[in-house]
Amino acid sequence: MSMNPAAAPSSAHEAVHAHPGAGTYVVIGVILTVITAIEVAVYYIPAMHPVLAPVLLSLSLLKFVLVVMFYMHLKFDSRLFSTVFVAPLILAVSVVIGLFIIFKVLPHYQAVSALVR
Amino acid sequence: MDHAATLPAAGHAETATGLNTFKVGFWVFLGSETLFFGSLISTYLVYKHQSISGPYPDQVLNIPLTSVSTFVLLMSSLAMVLALAGVQRGNRRQGLFWLFMVAVLGSTFLGFQAYEFTEFYHKGLTLQTNLFGSTFFVLTGFHGAHVTVGVIWLLTLWVQGLRGELPPERSLTVEIAGLYWHFVDIVWIAIFTLIYLLQ
Repeated sequence: MSMNPAAAPSSAHEAVHAHPGAGTYVVIGVILTVITAIEVAVYYIPAMHPVLAPVLLSLSLLKFVLVVMFYMHLKFDSRLFSTVFVAPLILAVSVVIGLFIIFKVLPHYQAVSALVR
Repeated sequence: MDHAATLPAAGHAETATGLNTFKVGFWVFLGSETLFFGSLISTYLVYKHQSISGPYPDQVLNIPLTSVSTFVLLMSSLAMVLALAGVQRGNRRQGLFWLFMVAVLGSTFLGFQAYEFTEFYHKGLTLQTNLFGSTFFVLTGFHGAHVTVGVIWLLTLWVQGLRGELPPERSLTVEIAGLYWHFVDIVWIAIFTLIYLLQ
């Protein structure tokens, strides 16, 4: 992860070795397919419905991480790329969660509190 | 250390960090795109179950069809990295074949989306019908527009490759297009779970 320009290689040959090979890409593709199949299966199994949200969110997070790390090469690239991508991503996820709490969770909580009073 | 990012390409000089300015700038752009799609997903979730008239999501969303289109988009990401590997290694045939396959799979995904939108229209769901229609079509429509831009970009690269204008030295051009394409893929991963499976 050195940022030293002097250490920066400048040939396409070196770029080839910086990224994983076709075999790794295919394995990741198979894993992504299997996870998607599991997601759809979980959706159709009634016994899984009580835990549907955490299971599906975990599986999609896993797919997200696999694509970003291996296909977008963040696992192998400079940490600067991860920083400029992950920082706004955290902000975006915070906005989604914040708005969900404000508009979905708090009104429900206030309605229950009013009934109790 | 990113080796590919340091490749001189299309006149974009390296920065003091040793990284290519084009690639750094593109990652910043992708970061801004996460906020764009985050706001659209937030809007969908906030207005979820707020429609006072149908059709409702459980009446129109077609999970088997969307599962297939999701698989198609995931496979297009695989084809994209295989295309990049081909260009980086100077394997012109491999690079061109997989670049074309990405464009074909992306077009197939758009075909699925066009079919889905048409089906929804015939079931009475339009952009103006209710809150579900408005938020759903805006979110998935913007995603589809991104896929369309990606397909045009990839076909442009494919034509350049046919002309012999994609040597290994210009692999960063393909890598940047690949970053865009994978980003479109990860946005769909979120949409598929939050909108389709978690109804």
